[in-house]
Amino acid sequence: MNYLPNIIFAIALVVGVGYFIKNVKRLWRNVKLGQDKDVSDNKSQRWKNMAMIALGQSKMVKRPVAGFFHIVVYVGFVIINIEVLEIVIDGLFGTHRVFSGLGKAYGFLISSFEVLAALVFIAVVVFWIRRNMIKLKRFMSPEMKGWPKNDGNFILYFEMVLMTLFLVMNATDTTFQNSELYSGNLISQYLTPLFDGLSESSLHIIERTAWWMHILGILVFLNYLYFSKHLHILLAFPNTYYGNLNPKGQFSNNEAVTKEVMLMMDPNADPFAAPTEDESEEAPAKFGASDVQDLSWVNLLNAYTCTECGRCTSECPANQTGKKLSPRKIMMDTRDRLEEVGKNIDANKGEFKDDGKQLLNDYITKEELWACTSCNACTEACPVSIDPLNIIMEMRRYLVMEESAAPMELNNMMTNIENNGAPWPYNQMDRLNWKDE
Amino acid sequence: MAEFMAQGKQPEVLFWVGCAGSFDDRAKKITKAFVKLLNRANVEFAVLGTEESCTGDPAKRSGNEFLFQMQAVTNIEVMNAYEVKKIVTACPHCFNTLKNEYPGLGGSYEVVHHTQFLKDLLNDGRLTIEGGQFKGKRITFHDPCYLGRANNVYEAPRDLIRKLDAELVEMKSCKSRGLCCGAGGAQMFKEPEEGSKDINIERTEQALETKPQIIAAGCPFCNTMMTDGVKGKEKEADVAVMDIAELIANAQDL
Repeated sequence: MNYLPNIIFAIALVVGVGYFIKNVKRLWRNVKLGQDKDVSDNKSQRWKNMAMIALGQSKMVKRPVAGFFHIVVYVGFVIINIEVLEIVIDGLFGTHRVFSGLGKAYGFLISSFEVLAALVFIAVVVFWIRRNMIKLKRFMSPEMKGWPKNDGNFILYFEMVLMTLFLVMNATDTTFQNSELYSGNLISQYLTPLFDGLSESSLHIIERTAWWMHILGILVFLNYLYFSKHLHILLAFPNTYYGNLNPKGQFSNNEAVTKEVMLMMDPNADPFAAPTEDESEEAPAKFGASDVQDLSWVNLLNAYTCTECGRCTSECPANQTGKKLSPRKIMMDTRDRLEEVGKNIDANKGEFKDDGKQLLNDYITKEELWACTSCNACTEACPVSIDPLNIIMEMRRYLVMEESAAPMELNNMMTNIENNGAPWPYNQMDRLNWKDE
Repeated sequence: MAEFMAQGKQPEVLFWVGCAGSFDDRAKKITKAFVKLLNRANVEFAVLGTEESCTGDPAKRSGNEFLFQMQAVTNIEVMNAYEVKKIVTACPHCFNTLKNEYPGLGGSYEVVHHTQFLKDLLNDGRLTIEGGQFKGKRITFHDPCYLGRANNVYEAPRDLIRKLDAELVEMKSCKSRGLCCGAGGAQMFKEPEEGSKDINIERTEQALETKPQIIAAGCPFCNTMMTDGVKGKEKEADVAVMDIAELIANAQDL
């Protein structure tokens, strides 16, 4: 017997899956560069969110057209991948359609895969038309030029090719087509006329080629994920699990600041107290974020999860009125900077070497940060619970508390609050004047 | 509040007036309208008066956590000293901050927005709402971000408008998809960044598309932004921007 195909298959599988695992590890290390954030609370609500938002796609259908076609691709992707199990067994053990012993059930399975494959193909074509012919506004933003645009299209081409290979593989499998028992060729039977007149051996070659390209394509696609925006197919699940559970208007109270403020307000505090042993050894905390390491690991997970759909940006009041701010760009910049930091660490044997760059200014400008109205339209719009607003706020905190770099009018406003307890220069003693006016 | 304390009494609720409600000429009218309604419903309420200070919301949204927490801790000390239990406010920014961000700093109170409070008064039969001059008028409601998306309060203000026998018309983006008026996140206090349009103009255009006679608001800052927007569109003769409390008070000629 000739074991060469089995061996090649096993090697491809090991290399493909192995490289993917390596990248997943790298991704997780990068995410962990972020600050700790305790998200161990309220597990039942978190599971529920994951089930509803990621598994149940509850937020996707807020936009019915994209939502519908997305569900087609999503369901198709998940279910057709059952077929990969058979392909892997066949590949490793040199069998052919090992599950066909299931008889009628097998026919039913494969025909549903075929229907889904055809639907996925149609949906993906619709997506391509939306991006490239209708040119929906949210896919045309400045941050979508170059790689992000190509990336989006590559993914669509990948899916078209994989679905086509699956159907061709079935169409050219003569035993499969001719077996009445299976009757699983619901869609592929209409492709068979394309191959009319070809000899048995040519058909077999086409079938084998399609089979190999299909599985190798899947492995390549799996490894493409890490380099593309498409990671959401995996990360949407943890991301919705770790998503914000508080009311959207609630911004965290910075604990280091609370400590300072409480000390200031404490009449019994000794103003000349020397720092205790362990306090003096702690590096003073940095307020807010100027680079990715200052953000929380959930922010960073958000960044990898973002698939650049742009719903946030299209709902953003600042973006709608022509300001530079785009919540999607905030997420893309965070991810790109994180990748850059990760590569820096890899190149320097596990240590980050200062590269003279940071997320603030080199990626995200102050102009973008100050344009935000904190209205939460972006967080509401995101189908996978990403929170761009939290990053914007952390960076504003850095600008104000570390650099005193707020716009002048805001400094005036804050001075007023400090001096007279209102954002405008009115006397606090006049607060009740309305009563007698 | 000090007077109640001196008499050894506790008011039913503390009315947190807020900076806009205390100082802004337009917002003061909202404050007065709400007070008239509280008096009509015989609610024993108190205000902190000169002891009230900014909640710190604009400082926090600007990123000045120090100033915010200083304000918060000071206000909490005052309110805890008066043993405040329940707060009502006509400003969604104060509402959000008091409700969500004060508990972590030692200030836990029951906080409601004035539209929620008015609805409760109505449900308890302490206040009746009549349509009056607003009967049959086309009214659209602009959702304040810090009431709506931030705290999921969408229905209380709408229920009140319906009680006026008015025709409630919705803008194309409303409730959880409502567009911001442009004032949030401390934008109220600065010029907008460069762009093609001001946010309040965009939102006013959306509101005017519904051909309303009145744009109802539930936030003094939204009120300012929408009023400016309507003026910018030279529609102030046809379209009024009013707070829900004003609608109800005016309907009864209070």
